[in-house]
Amino acid sequence: MSAVPLATSFLQDQSFLDVLYIIAFGLFIQGLRGLSGPTTAVRGNRIAAVGMTIAVIATLLNVNEGNWGLIVLGVALGTAVGVPAARQVKMTAMPQMVALFNGVGGGAVFLIAWAEFRRDGSTYGSHTVNLGGPLGGLSAHVGGVSTYVAAFSVFAAIVGSVSFWGSNIAFGKLQEILPGRPISLGSAQQIVNLVLLILALAAGVDLVAGAHSELVFIGMLVCAALLGNAVVLPIGGADMPVVISMLNAFTGLSAAATGIALDNTALIVAGMIVGASGSILTNLMAVAMNRSIPSIIAGGFGGGGAVEGASGAGEHAGTVRSTSAADAAIQLAYANRVVIVPGYGMAVAQAQHAVHELTKALEKRQVEVSYAIHPVAGRMPGHMNVLLAEADVPYDQLKEMDDANPEFARTDVSLVIGANDVTNPAAKNTPSSPIYGMPILEVADSKSVIVIKRSMNPGFAGIENELYYDPKTTMLFGDAKSAVSEITAELANI
Amino acid sequence: MILASTLTTNLAILVLAGFIGFVVISKVPNTLHTPLMSGTNAIHGIVLLGGLLIVGLSGNGTFNKIILVIAIAFGTINVVGGFLVTDRMLEMFKTKPKPPPGSGEDDGKGKSA
Repeated sequence: MSAVPLATSFLQDQSFLDVLYIIAFGLFIQGLRGLSGPTTAVRGNRIAAVGMTIAVIATLLNVNEGNWGLIVLGVALGTAVGVPAARQVKMTAMPQMVALFNGVGGGAVFLIAWAEFRRDGSTYGSHTVNLGGPLGGLSAHVGGVSTYVAAFSVFAAIVGSVSFWGSNIAFGKLQEILPGRPISLGSAQQIVNLVLLILALAAGVDLVAGAHSELVFIGMLVCAALLGNAVVLPIGGADMPVVISMLNAFTGLSAAATGIALDNTALIVAGMIVGASGSILTNLMAVAMNRSIPSIIAGGFGGGGAVEGASGAGEHAGTVRSTSAADAAIQLAYANRVVIVPGYGMAVAQAQHAVHELTKALEKRQVEVSYAIHPVAGRMPGHMNVLLAEADVPYDQLKEMDDANPEFARTDVSLVIGANDVTNPAAKNTPSSPIYGMPILEVADSKSVIVIKRSMNPGFAGIENELYYDPKTTMLFGDAKSAVSEITAELANI
Repeated sequence: MILASTLTTNLAILVLAGFIGFVVISKVPNTLHTPLMSGTNAIHGIVLLGGLLIVGLSGNGTFNKIILVIAIAFGTINVVGGFLVTDRMLEMFKTKPKPPPGSGEDDGKGKSA
């Protein structure tokens, strides 16, 4: 096509480009390996970022048309939005930030597929047309190949659209713009989802088979968009991390499909690695919460379950003992061993620094303090570790669930700060509970328990917590940050 | 023939990349899952390249140009925002190795005097 004279420059040689792409995805893999340890993680992330920079520069070297204005405009817009968002977001809001970034990625995927269709859709389903530039669009067009290309492009459009809308809903729920409770059509939900999926797929097949109609393409995007909404809306807030992770994997897969459609190795490798890793992470999270991925997608968790849990709780709505900061301070000061169980409530109250102060005050009194971290404490696996790291809590004081649980029996006081469902003994004792079977921190094994909580409202999953009615448990009602600070202040007076 | 084999080559790359993804990621400890999710999230922002490639071709109408600018902007947000936010998270882990006396391995915590 145009700009042929430049094509002789080695910078635009296909092999040179391929080498740069290979370097780029080599750096992605190396970067992800770095992310496997806390000491190498920062470097790993930066290595991946360097890989990305190389991939982008390599691609720009091969932009032949004079559309630089558009490229600069797009990149400038993206930078103007992305950089401040990333700089200013609070650590507690990290899950929704990830959801949002994931969403725009999915958005880019389906928009690219759409633009591609508008350029080349008239060749979908035909087998002989050759078009595209040196790298251009659909570069492999012999035999039945363009059918495959069209199929991957259509796949990318559907999955990208689902991911975009699903992520936005997840963002809305976590940001509490939308109610966290499941919003569903009840038993019709699954039928509706299925119909939407079938419609989107049917439109896709139609396009691949050669329906040269943009209306069909738009219809497909709309069905996928509705599907994205319909899948995520019925999912309760507690399952949201699993959903975000799943959508992250989806976006990766759709990026890989875009890569095949565009015959771009860097896209294929990077997208697929994300697809694979996202799937693993999704599975790990689901296991940690004792939820099966199909049942999460089928939706409605927390809806029916919450009602059940609430009625069950009615029975032991027995006595709740509340305590004061001064009493709590005495209890803690004379303990040998204290385990702090932090939860999302601690994070929202920004109490992590206050908690660290309390820890230091207790350690001065020779009290042994550690933190028990549930795998899904906070709202994503590892979220709590980030929050505590932000407050400079030493890494070796953080105990993961499997290490922490055997220790509760010899713990004098467990201090539960804004954590709820992850300590609920119902997960062990009440087969009818929706969280039955979820691994929990066995706080109830310790000699006494202090729970800092704003009110008796049930937690994110909407289930009553039996722990609060346990005779060993005392409740300290109040904002986590001020309650912890008060305890620290009282400690100084003892 | 060569062109037809492009697809199979790409599929082979796809499958291998999937396995690499599984192997590399399955070693990440629980505690780093949030940064990992955020980091992989940034990497799929590589779809940005797709936008750059297509906008670089001739024959895009006005509407296509609009779509592509948005796609490029979205991809950029994904990449730049993703890496920055991951970096911020990880920096917090980095400040932590200040208790060197406690040594890396703290097997069981039953070492109270």
